[in-house]
Amino acid sequence: MTIHEFLSPPVETARRTGPHDRIVMSSRVRLARNLRGLAFPGWAKKLERVKALDVIRPAVESLPQLAGAFSETMDNLGGLDKQILVERHLISREHAAKSAGSGLVLNKEESLCVMINEEDHLRMQALRPGLQLKQAWLAIDQVDSELERRLEYAFSSDLGYLTACPTNLGTGIRVSAMLHLPGLVLAEQINQIIQSVNKLGLAVRGLYGEGTEALGNVFQVSNQMTLGEVETDIVERLNKVLLQIIEHEENARATLLEKKPKVVFNHIGRAYGILANAHSISSKETMNLLSLMRLGIDLGEFPTAERALVDELFIITQPAHLQRQFTEKLVAEERDLLRADMLRERLRGVSRPNPKPPAPPDGSLDKRN
Amino acid sequence: MFCKQNPAKVHLTQIVGDKMQKVDLCEECARQKGVNDPNSFSLADLLLGLGASQDIAPTGGEELRCPGCGFTQADFKKAGRLGCAQCYNTFAEGLETLLKSMHKGTRHVGKVPAALRRSRDLQDRLKHLQKKLDKAVTAEDFEQAAHLRDEIKVTREQMGQAPLAEK
Repeated sequence: MTIHEFLSPPVETARRTGPHDRIVMSSRVRLARNLRGLAFPGWAKKLERVKALDVIRPAVESLPQLAGAFSETMDNLGGLDKQILVERHLISREHAAKSAGSGLVLNKEESLCVMINEEDHLRMQALRPGLQLKQAWLAIDQVDSELERRLEYAFSSDLGYLTACPTNLGTGIRVSAMLHLPGLVLAEQINQIIQSVNKLGLAVRGLYGEGTEALGNVFQVSNQMTLGEVETDIVERLNKVLLQIIEHEENARATLLEKKPKVVFNHIGRAYGILANAHSISSKETMNLLSLMRLGIDLGEFPTAERALVDELFIITQPAHLQRQFTEKLVAEERDLLRADMLRERLRGVSRPNPKPPAPPDGSLDKRN
Repeated sequence: MFCKQNPAKVHLTQIVGDKMQKVDLCEECARQKGVNDPNSFSLADLLLGLGASQDIAPTGGEELRCPGCGFTQADFKKAGRLGCAQCYNTFAEGLETLLKSMHKGTRHVGKVPAALRRSRDLQDRLKHLQKKLDKAVTAEDFEQAAHLRDEIKVTREQMGQAPLAEK
């Protein structure tokens, strides 16, 4: 089975729901682990990496949580396949660059994904829609506990799980959530928020993680410290911060609507105008405009559209997903034309935004999910 | 500080044999001593932004090499990653400062693999029982001592060790 046959169609992916999903797009907890007595993947010779993969892969495949999973070595995945996995946030860009000696095991629900020989021998992650950090932690903790019975980890009682990079040492945990924060961006409060979050020892990154820009007003918030703190405390701390960010985003949206409704309606109206009528549009512009449309849907401006439509478009307009729909190799300019065609077609049934006067304080705006 | 006059800005770590020595110098002293290698600080700066690099930076003379994987500090500087688990021992002293600056603590307090946790628990239990046994013997409470000896035997068996010959 190819990865394309395995992955759920974007229309289904976009329909996954979870708590606070109007702002929190997804939650993720990943653990970094290494095997005892083997060099870390970045330093190991190819032969050693292959050896590690041959030990790890069957162990991972044998986990009950990964029964029926998709399992493949990275050299057997094409460039487009890897890019699609990156666009779905299932593997890191770094892992997409790997070849022989690295592998991937992904469960059917796309809620568990194990990268083998990324920066560490094992990078296992649990993913959940909406704000579900605790659930994600419990799921990956369980996988890890099963796996430690099958593999001998590099562990020191002083330093904990030993990782290739000292920044992951100890628990090897990275807890993160992907947030859609158009309100804070429009209200120009986002930098303030990022700064205060940074002060708490948490990192804020762009759409595709480390070193990427915040396309489509999507930000990733994650812990940075991994040593000297218990996993559940790290999860709890991040959860608290996220709840605060959610509140700030909701407040920013409410304040904008109250004080500068025209600014908000203008942004959303123009976004719709371009998306529904353009004949050439880049992936970046698409994401930024879809973000505004998503905001419009949250604010009830598009009674005929659902958030899932925007989330689906968010996926399928990305370069690799777009390329995937056509057999011939497309250059960026050709993709821009086809992307615009697709958007016009898909937005034909969505009527123009219908701005409502500012909602009363206890109106639909405050409706949390 | 070397001259004890100006604030130390250059921190040199030197490995002699298998011992690591650290010297903190002000800029003036550093220049006088010829310690002036701006290239050596790149790694941790990259890793963390600033400030953390000093203590894992340059080595005078022979370079420290991990016996496990052949990794050197220069490699760490280049890659920002270590070579293998053993590197944490090899470069322990230099890493300590780095870890302090990037983490909440320098000791792991989180999850421990179950197998290790069990053997750790058993060891703790064994120590505890030994202590109680010593007390019982001193107090000439032989009934209690016999009971404790049995418990120690069971614990040892659980640890997969042959019971040691009693003194």
